[in-house]
Amino acid sequence: MSDPQALAEQFDDLGQQRHAAELGMWIFLATEALFFGGLLLGYAVYRHLYPEAWFAAARETEILIGTANTAILLTSSLTMWLAVRAGEEGRRDAVTLALGLTATLGAFFLGLKAYEYYLDWDNSLVPGLRFAFEKADPEHAEIFYYLYFFLTGVHAVHLTVAITAVLVVLFLVRTGRLAYQQSATLTVLGLYWHLVDVVWIFLYPLIYLPGRSQ
Amino acid sequence: MNTIVDAQGSGSSGGSGSHSLPRQAERGVGREEATSYLTAGHGVKSWLFTTDHKRIAILYALTITVFFFIGGAAATLIRMELFTPAGDLVSAEGYNKLFTLHGVIMVWFFLVPAIPATLGNFLLPLMLGARDLAFPRLNLMSWWLIVIAGAFVLYVLVMGGVDTGWTFYAPYSTTYSNGYVVAAAAGIFVSGFSTIATGLNFIVTTHTMRAPGMHWFRVPLFVWSIYATALIMLLATPVLAMALLLIMIERLLGVGIFDPALGGDPVLFEHLFWFYSHPAVYIMILPGMGVVTEIVTCFARRRIFGYQFMVYALLSIAVVGFFVWGHHMFVAGQSMYAGLVFSFLSYVIAVPSAIKVFNWTATLYRGSIVLDAPMLYALGFIGLFTMGGLTGLFVASLPIDVHVHDTYFVVAHFHYVMVGGMVSAFFGGLHFWWPKITGRLYPEAWARFAALLMFFGFNMTFFPQFILGWMGMPRRYHEYPSEFQVYHVLSSAGAVVLGAAYLLPLGYFLWSLRYGQPASDNPWDAKGLEWRTASPPPKHNFPSTPRVDEEAYDYHPPRRPPGGHLDHPSDGRPAS
Ligand code: HEM
Ligand SMILES: [Cu+2]
Repeated sequence: MSDPQALAEQFDDLGQQRHAAELGMWIFLATEALFFGGLLLGYAVYRHLYPEAWFAAARETEILIGTANTAILLTSSLTMWLAVRAGEEGRRDAVTLALGLTATLGAFFLGLKAYEYYLDWDNSLVPGLRFAFEKADPEHAEIFYYLYFFLTGVHAVHLTVAITAVLVVLFLVRTGRLAYQQSATLTVLGLYWHLVDVVWIFLYPLIYLPGRSQ
Repeated sequence: MNTIVDAQGSGSSGGSGSHSLPRQAERGVGREEATSYLTAGHGVKSWLFTTDHKRIAILYALTITVFFFIGGAAATLIRMELFTPAGDLVSAEGYNKLFTLHGVIMVWFFLVPAIPATLGNFLLPLMLGARDLAFPRLNLMSWWLIVIAGAFVLYVLVMGGVDTGWTFYAPYSTTYSNGYVVAAAAGIFVSGFSTIATGLNFIVTTHTMRAPGMHWFRVPLFVWSIYATALIMLLATPVLAMALLLIMIERLLGVGIFDPALGGDPVLFEHLFWFYSHPAVYIMILPGMGVVTEIVTCFARRRIFGYQFMVYALLSIAVVGFFVWGHHMFVAGQSMYAGLVFSFLSYVIAVPSAIKVFNWTATLYRGSIVLDAPMLYALGFIGLFTMGGLTGLFVASLPIDVHVHDTYFVVAHFHYVMVGGMVSAFFGGLHFWWPKITGRLYPEAWARFAALLMFFGFNMTFFPQFILGWMGMPRRYHEYPSEFQVYHVLSSAGAVVLGAAYLLPLGYFLWSLRYGQPASDNPWDAKGLEWRTASPPPKHNFPSTPRVDEEAYDYHPPRRPPGGHLDHPSDGRPAS
């Protein structure tokens, strides 16, 4: 049943190819963990050094948008999983529908995020370019916002890549150019999408929740 | 006796205890069964956009050769400046730029890719019996990324350089330096993605594409060394990438994540940097260990002593290497207790390194040793790496390091490992696999001469630096008190010899491409799948997937070394 188109010449069979693709993605996710790990280390150090400024700064984040975005991204992981499931069963229409929903939810997230950045700009919370802060030591609050932009920015880059990848796969599936049932493409795409989601699950409490209880 | 069965059906002929290796083409030269990878496809495009791991290896080799010569030119100027105590050749600032450029290029654009991306790329699929790496296009992308990264560095060079040292310490790099810090950091950032892609490819290939019968403990140790290296590449490089990105943005926007004047913590940068850079020194030595293992076994006609120990040693170096970075920061204001722990762990990591040295030595014992050029390089590696490693213990010891930190002692230490060790291994590997890669034999007499010259030149260049450092000569200065001069002159003179020894192989390698004798499939009578295909190999490596049913380094029956004596005379059991 192996579709000749699906098998690259360096592999012996589809099983080997699937295994390679999935292992490759898992390893890539490990490097991603260290990309973010280095940044989170920086976060931990400064939060430990400057707790007061940290909490004051975090209280000024847009928690409503952050929470809404968390819900959106979690839902998108569900639709992504549905796409993978439908792929295994060979239901092309269901795959395209689920991928379409996933990409849309991702785009929603980015839209809201952009709006949030706009509000931050309005509130003079953009380090280096436009920053004014009265509630605590501004220098240290600025470090918080620097890390906030850096972390969410890197995350947004990842999400953009993920959305693009989803759209490409969607197109290939729709036009019948991808042996999606045999190849590991959907599984691998799903893994990447879930990573982007999981990273956000770490970012949400670190960015939006500190200092809220006071 | 076990044999490797491949399409040519040729059995193995080793294990006979022959004292001189057949270097002539035994089988008909010019075999025409399959076109070699070199002739499959013509024109520049067939090279620049190739997905054949062997061609990509060649692309890498050419690229890093260019960088080796740029980095070498900087080193030449450094050594010329240091010939006299006065700072007469370049200004202090010019000198800073020279050693920065030298360090950046030699580390990220020569040594890190040196063995993995050239010999590793070429040999990994061959040694595993695969047709290519798991992700050939990703492999091509790796090469393109390093070219783009290199372009950044050349831009920096043309525009006037960068003077932070290869370590980019903050806040100098983020705030005060006048050099092209952002462009240099961007180049290294991009090269990091190249490294990560290569590492990922190697790991997946090793896991999923081994030929039938090649279980994990039959994998050649060169592959294991590349595997361990790839682990480090994957887990360390991202941290460097992020640290450099933070440096770039801090410099561009003036936000103080590392600058203490703005509330930042400069030691955090040192932690992030060395969290990458210490493991990275193992990126720059483990592949050399792999090469040396292949050479030593072949030229001693000996099974490797303690195969499994060698594997575990490689893996434990890779893992423990992640927990010793603080030994670069003993005097950077890190707590005394952290210093103690890092010092202790640095001693721990010397254990697997020593195991490897002992095992190579034990492999030589009762071997029938042939001192051809690759073996001379390999033996040079063992000696110089031992020197580098032992002096590593000096600097890992807290009280001694307080004395010699930032002196020439450290410079000598890391050059013994990186240049004496890794560069020797690289040259050894080049000679060893040259017939396989190009299908030609190089001139042996010249090669032996170059190997000896390199060993001699190297020691003359860097041994005096140990003495200099011990006497208190700090590194990174372009002028010095005249009592140091005699050692600096020795060192500079040695550098001339060393430079000649690097140029020689370039000459005769090029010569051999045209005039060298055609090589047979297995000119060294070596073990390993790569010798079971044509020289140079066809595009997809093997006419059909080989099967493996013998252990690695099956140069003689177990416990019966060449010469017919038992390893353990009391142990008369028949070999299983
Ligand atoms: C081939 C691989 C080589 C590598 C990977 C390498 C690597 C390095 C590194 C990382 C540094 C530290 C730079 C810094 O601290 O800013 C350094 C410094 C130095 N290297 Fe090399 N090097 C190599 C070859 C050579 C050769 C062949 C020579 C001499 C002929 C040389 C001479 C020097 C000198 C004199 C310094 C000290 C500069 C100073 O701190 O004042 N290196 N090298
Ligand atoms: Cu170190």
